[in-house]
Amino acid sequence: MAEALRAVVVGASLAGLRGAEALRREGHRGPITLVGDEPHRPYDRPPLSKRVLSGEARPEAIDLPGQAGLDLTWRLGAAAVGLDLPARAVALATGERLPFDRLLIATGTRARPWPNPAEAALSGVFTLRNRDDAAALRAALAAKPARVLIIGAGFIGCEAAAACRSIGLSVTLVDPTPTPLASVLGTRIGRVVAEMLRREGVDYRPETRVEALEGDAAGRVRAARLAGGGRLDAPVVVVALGALRNTEWLAGSGVAADAGGVACDGLCRVLDRAGRPVDGVAAAGDVARFPHPLFPDGPVAFEHWGHAVEQAQHAARTLVGPPEDHGAYAAMPAFWSSQFDLNIKSVGLTNGADAVAVTQGSLAERRFVAVYGRAGRTVAAVSFDSARWLPAYAARIAAGDAFPPILGATDQGRVAPMDPGFPQRPARG
Amino acid sequence: MPDPTLFAAVKDPAHRPDPYPLYARLRESPVALQDDGTYVVTTHAALRALVFDPRLSSEDLPDATHPPTGNPFKDWIVNPIKDRIRSRHRPLIFRDPPDHDVLRRHVMREFTAVRVNAMHARVDALVADLLDRKREARQIDLVDDFSYPLPVTVICEMLGVPPEDEARFHGWATQLATALEPDAREDKENRDKNIATFDEIAAYMQDLIKEKRRHPVDDILSGLATGHDPQAGRMGDYDLIATAILLLIAGHETTVNLITNGMLTLLRFPEHLERLRADPEMAPRLIEELLRYEPPVHFRTRKALASIRMDDTTIPEGAPVVLLFASGNRDPARFREPDRFDPDREDIQHFGFGGSLHFCVGAPLARLEAEAALVALARRLKNPRLIDNPPPYRPGASLRGPQHLRLAIEGIA
Repeated sequence: MAEALRAVVVGASLAGLRGAEALRREGHRGPITLVGDEPHRPYDRPPLSKRVLSGEARPEAIDLPGQAGLDLTWRLGAAAVGLDLPARAVALATGERLPFDRLLIATGTRARPWPNPAEAALSGVFTLRNRDDAAALRAALAAKPARVLIIGAGFIGCEAAAACRSIGLSVTLVDPTPTPLASVLGTRIGRVVAEMLRREGVDYRPETRVEALEGDAAGRVRAARLAGGGRLDAPVVVVALGALRNTEWLAGSGVAADAGGVACDGLCRVLDRAGRPVDGVAAAGDVARFPHPLFPDGPVAFEHWGHAVEQAQHAARTLVGPPEDHGAYAAMPAFWSSQFDLNIKSVGLTNGADAVAVTQGSLAERRFVAVYGRAGRTVAAVSFDSARWLPAYAARIAAGDAFPPILGATDQGRVAPMDPGFPQRPARG
Repeated sequence: MPDPTLFAAVKDPAHRPDPYPLYARLRESPVALQDDGTYVVTTHAALRALVFDPRLSSEDLPDATHPPTGNPFKDWIVNPIKDRIRSRHRPLIFRDPPDHDVLRRHVMREFTAVRVNAMHARVDALVADLLDRKREARQIDLVDDFSYPLPVTVICEMLGVPPEDEARFHGWATQLATALEPDAREDKENRDKNIATFDEIAAYMQDLIKEKRRHPVDDILSGLATGHDPQAGRMGDYDLIATAILLLIAGHETTVNLITNGMLTLLRFPEHLERLRADPEMAPRLIEELLRYEPPVHFRTRKALASIRMDDTTIPEGAPVVLLFASGNRDPARFREPDRFDPDREDIQHFGFGGSLHFCVGAPLARLEAEAALVALARRLKNPRLIDNPPPYRPGASLRGPQHLRLAIEGIA
């Protein structure tokens, strides 16, 4: 009987919460248990690298609004440590076993730690992924350190740099690639971000690698040693080297999961090692790797806010209804970032792009839409302070239009395709 | 394909009282080609897509041309220069990015939430005063006695136009608003009138701006005339004149319709008038539903700068496009029972203020005025009844609203 089915959602962040809500909406009547390794109710992560760091929002004031009256059961502060498929149960670190009929895996990612564990453990060295991370870093920033060293000029590194500058701190941002955001936007557009960082007073050092972090006798970080010589005093270090997918707890379960994520099909059904969908088990959000009809190179995983919401809803429909009824998940990937007074927004995927062209506005004014092409097709569009136009580009990307897709825009100059300048492989600090 | 003469029927004054059945027929095609080559965008989804399409240009007004005066000096030198200035410095409603964005930035710096909210008490007082004047009346014309004078006084005060000059704007505003009506815009005689009117109002504004520069006070014109934006710099004189005229006209012609259409709708659905009287807190929701159900602006025109594919239709480069916002507001694919006036609707994502980069600058002011006006009318008019239903309409198909709205009342409380 449908009434008696038990659902377990592993992961109590955005995808987990929205997935649990969608399970109810789709008609799941039995108990729903949400498992989270953090002790907190679901909260919103985007502010962590922005308003929480600058002190404009308190870390405990960013809870995600949840739907009331859904009768959810919470297991917070209790990490899932194993999945027993034959018994259809999730094992928790507390020793508890949660039997399920329907399982949604939404364990997301964690910050990639500094590679040297001893150095990573120095006090004053932070990563930025969770509420507690942000609260600890905020406390360190509020003490007005003489300098903040940020390692990694991806979105988190750049946003953290902006937050630090907004409260008047000296910031040094180092990254091994030639420009910020190089792996996502390419160095051509990355140069625009580099100029902005410098104009805003960030001591930005491209093509710079931190070799080691040095601590003092009390175990406090003191400085960073740079590859090729050179040393930076750094009482506070933010390690912003990207994310690792939380799949270790699935080891040995028979589910196809590795560092690249949990393998799913287009309906978000989790696959076993033979590539067959596991009945009643789905995944969504950062941790899910799945075939996307727009991207032919093989399965993808997106670490995007809107994707977590939409894919969780899709997965819930798969778990409750006849899965074939609603087709493959094909939402257009999209993300945004705010840095200083700049809004960056993107639709599509720049992976493998071989050309970029500015179709609206101009790089010089730092207000533009840049479109990415791959083998003559339009695959992505990125806007700087021009997000209102992106829906038109999203439609053209979805339709697989030729590159560049929009000619004749009101604020279009000469459209000249350029080399986007993606680094050969995504280098990491 | 729907009948390609439907939009001509929309423009025909005979259909002014109820164009909605025509819109329903037009919606059979999301982008309906008309026999004059115009593409009418009719559904909520198509409007949403095209309002955010950078290939639709707002620079679709024909060039300004002064009619010959017989004075060779004027005809050869002065007027062509004026025409050129006028065509190059149109107000932002007729401009595209990046120029549009710069102008809008200037305007938004002055048209602030703080300034709008500061008008609250003043609007309430004006509303009360207009109603007090008609205390003993047994019949009023809502347009002449109330809906027109209120927004006119408000926008003039906010801009900084001296009250004694308000009356002159009435005629100017009504004439220049025809620039938004496709037929009037093409009509030679009307265009000549627009040119003459523009010359007059521009001369007036030029003097007023000079005065504001000499003696700046806390009003929008002083701010625009003396302000300096860190990004956009200082506003040029011609753009400043065009912007000032736009703000005046936009403040004149649209809020009038919102208030009048609002009262007309409430009198047609008296249970909601009754509810508003008992519960003024419902006003914001009711006004959003009004903006969906009877919006003050029914459509805006654009020009396609490139060919644009939309579902089964391709809008060719150069084609005139009509964004029929009022039709999207009644699209059954978007709204349940769209032809029902229902302030309790959960979801009212209307195009009552347009959308995207040309979204109405004055929306917060319009909401504030409409709320003050409708709440006061609901509370103070004693037993109001429509004398003419439907009322006589003004000629505009885009800026659509009653010319007069005669109400029988038993006095004003």
